[in-house]
Amino acid sequence: MHKIWLVIRREYLVRVKKKSFIVMTILGPLLMAALMIAPIYLANENQEERLIAVNQQSDFLLEDTELLHFTSIPEFEVINLRKDFSLSPYYALLNIEKGKFILYSNQQISLSVSRDIQRQIEQIVEINNLKEAGIDPQIIENAKTEIEITTRLIEKDGSSTNSHSEASMGIGFISGILIYIFIFMYGTMVMRGVIEEKANRIVEIIISSLKPFQLMMGKILGVAAVGLTQFILWIILTIIISTIAELTFLDTSSMTNEISANEQSVILAQLANITGGINLTQILLSFIFYFLAGYLMYSSLFAAVGSAVDAEADTQQFILPITIPLILSFILIQPIMDSPDGALAFWMSIIPFTSPVIMMVRLPFGVPGWELLLSMGILVSTFIATTWLAGRIYRTGILMYGKKPSYKELWKWLRY
Amino acid sequence: MQENLLIVRNVIKQYGDYKALNNVNISVPRGSIYALLGPNGAGKTTLMRIINQITAPDSGELIFDGEKLQKNHITDIGYMPEERGLYKKMKVGEQALYLAQLKGMSYNEALKKLKYWFEKLNILNWWNKKIEELSKGMAQKIQFVVTIIHDPKLLIFDEPFSGFDPINAAIMRKEILNLSKKGTTIIFSTHRMESVEEICDHIALINKSKTILEGTIENIKSQFSNNNYEVITKNSELENNDLYDIISNKEGLCHILLKKGVRGKDALDYINTNYEVISFKKETPTMEEIFIKAVKNA
Repeated sequence: MHKIWLVIRREYLVRVKKKSFIVMTILGPLLMAALMIAPIYLANENQEERLIAVNQQSDFLLEDTELLHFTSIPEFEVINLRKDFSLSPYYALLNIEKGKFILYSNQQISLSVSRDIQRQIEQIVEINNLKEAGIDPQIIENAKTEIEITTRLIEKDGSSTNSHSEASMGIGFISGILIYIFIFMYGTMVMRGVIEEKANRIVEIIISSLKPFQLMMGKILGVAAVGLTQFILWIILTIIISTIAELTFLDTSSMTNEISANEQSVILAQLANITGGINLTQILLSFIFYFLAGYLMYSSLFAAVGSAVDAEADTQQFILPITIPLILSFILIQPIMDSPDGALAFWMSIIPFTSPVIMMVRLPFGVPGWELLLSMGILVSTFIATTWLAGRIYRTGILMYGKKPSYKELWKWLRY
Repeated sequence: MQENLLIVRNVIKQYGDYKALNNVNISVPRGSIYALLGPNGAGKTTLMRIINQITAPDSGELIFDGEKLQKNHITDIGYMPEERGLYKKMKVGEQALYLAQLKGMSYNEALKKLKYWFEKLNILNWWNKKIEELSKGMAQKIQFVVTIIHDPKLLIFDEPFSGFDPINAAIMRKEILNLSKKGTTIIFSTHRMESVEEICDHIALINKSKTILEGTIENIKSQFSNNNYEVITKNSELENNDLYDIISNKEGLCHILLKKGVRGKDALDYINTNYEVISFKKETPTMEEIFIKAVKNA
């Protein structure tokens, strides 16, 4: 055990000290924070007051909004403006002629501006149309209604809980994708590590000190620790960066004014209500389980592939059959979310090569306990089997140099 | 104390249909420098891997230091494989410490020993360099240090002189002889017969997965010196007769092969009475000749 620990420590430290790890750790959350902040920032950026010129001939009376001000200008000025816009104080010119509406400007007109204007005009036209047809617009206004459908799940004991498919979809999607990324990134990292040791010709020196299986497991566990470290750092850094960014970029004074402490507690209560139907503890624990078991299963296969070849370029033919189920489960996330209780969803979450991703997608929608246990049990027995299998290929493969092995040869190695 | 540090008995190792080792027997005396010879593919590397417990034999037994070979003997054996290298991106010192600890040394012990050897070989200033910054020859020195660092009872070198430049090979030979003087038993495989005669005292010849020769150099040489003699005579030349056949004859320098049952002394007496003899010498074969002959006959 002491030797495995030495291997784990080396594999961990070598990777964590790498520049690429540090760069990725910092860049990851920066990108995530940018994705979260950018829309808010951009939305704020657009909120400046704008003056829009409208040609006088039209009988449309556009109302000023908070950000848009309209002024009518005479026909000759319209002609001048259309020749040279740059010196005018206007943001845009709205030309209305015989039911045609054109916005002129010397710059790209912001989508929100044209949308606002379009909405106003539509309203005016609608009301005019109604009046012409002899209908009081007020009647239409009164007839309008808005309802909301609440979905509730009936439990075995007869009680019912709120179900929120949007929240379920979100949680399922994110955890499914995370598991997919983790397995892929760190599985190939294990493979590259094995190839490196083989290419460096150090592997035989090391396995004269410990069993090949110990070296393989040490590497797999060391890389798993690297992965966990990176994810934890990402989460912490994302929180820190987005907090800082929010404080710097957003006008917080107006926000705090708008959202009083009272309202905040209401929001929190709503949030709790939304996620109330979802068993968060179960999801978190299952996430950690599928995360680790899925990674262990796949990375041992990746390690076996690495041991069989001399260079990364030779891995293609062996990698493909391993990644197909992984990519398949990624592609199927969307259809599974549409019918999380269907036959496809069931089988994909039982088959061990797709279950880590698919079960995580299904879980927030509620999965019967026996299905979850069956899936977990099969996954555990499969990862024990694949590690055993991979270990056998590995211990022969790492000592084989020269020609690229065929599947037939790998089969022979299994039986040595 | 047993006389033999390592005994390999009836070891068989099979890869699929291919027998890599077929009933191999060797006994390595304590303190000897033991050469494992054999053509490519004879099974030398497989045997070394079995001694290092990298692979397990299908049958047969190995006795190390009087006990059945087992896991804890790993710390008593140092191995430098033919396919050797180091982590390119890792610092020399860190790497050497890692490998020494894998051999069961404590951190402090490993650090002390490594510093001693680095100083001895004058490479202490490489400690914080990465292997990729060093030349091949420099990396070879480090390779050697990490092989012997844990003071093993048995050192195994697979083709130690191939790939080493002449200067490093000389340093290594010197250090190997030093370690041998201190009582370390050394096994190595090589193709270079000169180095065998220079530094070995025991050899085993493996061919086609079997041991075909084993023993001390003198024993094997005398075993192979069949009755060939080199005779130099003055004035007259030898002729075939009942005692010997002439193999070659050139201006008084004559190679003869004694007939069965004829002793060297009888031949000498005969030649001495009939010719004027300047020299009469038994020819001992070189290891290379023995090697070729043994492999051919097998």
